[in-house]
Amino acid sequence: MSQAATADLSSFPSAAPAAGRMSSWQNWGMLLVLPYLAVFFVFVLYPVGYGLWLGNDLQSYRALFADDIFWRSVVNTIIFLGVGVNLKLAIALLLSGFFAVPRWWIRVLGLLFILPWAVPSIPTILSFRFMLNPEWGVINQVYYNLTFLDGPNWLNNPVLGLTMSIVVHIWKSLPFWTLILLAGRLAISKEMYEAAAIDGASSLQKFRFITWPAMRQLYLTCTILSMFFTLGDFNSVYLLTGGGPADLTHVLATLGIRYIRLDQVDLAMASIICALPLMAPLMVFMMRRLSK
Amino acid sequence: MRKFFTEARLLLVAIPVFLWTMIPLYHLMLFAISPRDTAFKGKLWPDDPTFRNFELVLQQKHYYLNNFWHQMWNSLVIALAVGFITLFVATAAAFAISRLRVRGGRLIMNLALLTYFVPAAFLALPMYKAMAVYGLLNTQWALIFAMVAIATPYAIWVLKQAGDKLPIELDEAAIIDGATAPQLFRFIFLPLMAPSMVAVGTYALLLAWNEYLYAFLLLSRDIDTTLAVALGAFLSADDSPWELLMTAGLIYALPPAAIYYAFRRYMAADLTSGSVKS
Repeated sequence: MSQAATADLSSFPSAAPAAGRMSSWQNWGMLLVLPYLAVFFVFVLYPVGYGLWLGNDLQSYRALFADDIFWRSVVNTIIFLGVGVNLKLAIALLLSGFFAVPRWWIRVLGLLFILPWAVPSIPTILSFRFMLNPEWGVINQVYYNLTFLDGPNWLNNPVLGLTMSIVVHIWKSLPFWTLILLAGRLAISKEMYEAAAIDGASSLQKFRFITWPAMRQLYLTCTILSMFFTLGDFNSVYLLTGGGPADLTHVLATLGIRYIRLDQVDLAMASIICALPLMAPLMVFMMRRLSK
Repeated sequence: MRKFFTEARLLLVAIPVFLWTMIPLYHLMLFAISPRDTAFKGKLWPDDPTFRNFELVLQQKHYYLNNFWHQMWNSLVIALAVGFITLFVATAAAFAISRLRVRGGRLIMNLALLTYFVPAAFLALPMYKAMAVYGLLNTQWALIFAMVAIATPYAIWVLKQAGDKLPIELDEAAIIDGATAPQLFRFIFLPLMAPSMVAVGTYALLLAWNEYLYAFLLLSRDIDTTLAVALGAFLSADDSPWELLMTAGLIYALPPAAIYYAFRRYMAADLTSGSVKS
């Protein structure tokens, strides 16, 4: 009897005697989600819908596809995502193992390591930009002092410029992903490693048979989430190269601004809309995973 | 001996990580303490370090920095507003979804997550056009609401995950005692959720303080813009006073770093806890 009563309580929200209160709870619930729904509809859904409507002129797509810079940006974006995200997460996975080692000085290093993520992009990316200045930047100064040769013209070369944008992107967002993967790593039971150690497993085997299986799902989630964030990374390219030289380092995130500057709003919208179908499969996958 | 090798291997990772992290930051600081013409000659420390740049910036003695303090104030007001509004909106929604089990809660979570599938830089232009329709363009509300819209989904997600972890028995006991929904919120939810709320509020605040693209699009008058936009404006000329830019940038970067360290305990635990569940 007492057992039945407890069972009733634990499924309380659906219990019959409280129906009156339940409806009052539901009313409160509705009221409390209203502010968010308002924010979502007014500042996310309406802008997106309006943007789609602005970009519904087929003429602007024709103009967009005729623009070489657009295709260059698509290629750049794919390189940026493919290299940037995978390299970043692979390093983050390795570093999460390093930061999981219990040492006081690793904890201190961890505090410094987080700085690139915590401080604003503008000063730090511009600091990179000045380091890479071909005439008076510190990198070419040091290079000259060592070799008596002029260093490369870093940001005036589209390949180097894009590479450096990826480097800046990784510098900025690596701490965040390392932190997430570190949390995942620390959640693995220590007993598994102890048991493996008793069985004489090497550290590579421990990673292969304990760490990786436990982290694989999280790693995949991080990869896809990071793709979305990276796709929206405006600063790493815009503040470092400004899309130059000759607009050859633009990515889709900065291309819209370029068109706005040229007063071609319809092209800007079209360039954004073109990226959306690429993202749909990733989107469905993520929704399934995150809303569990 | 083996122990020595372990430590040596750790150091072999630690040194590159340290250099990688600190060199751009150190370079930023070096610029700020170097006199104008000697800006930097590949030296590890300037011959005659000076605080002159800080004086010039703090006294607004340059064309680009005429509104330095005003813009700093704008950054602060906007960041605080975004922090508080995000916290209010997200806490209310998370309470309703996690504890009151409002109908359609799952759908709302999905809608919230949908926001992140439009990358921030892509949402910026439609947001810009929509703000013009609302008549908010070039007002600070435009930036505040834009940042709230971007910060709330993650905030709700973190708060809902944390809310789900509170023992259901607490609510049950309160219900037996005849507590209403507001009382449940006030006496059970709020006190227990305080650490997560600090984390989420700090997250939104830092996000708004650090934002460049939206500020640059949505605000145009010098007197309204944030420090980020003011710093970006230096790039409009090829011979801007870079050492002043770096100095102002350093000052701009200090508050978020300090805030991060002050609330680090909450941030690390709460903002990443959701990830471990999966």
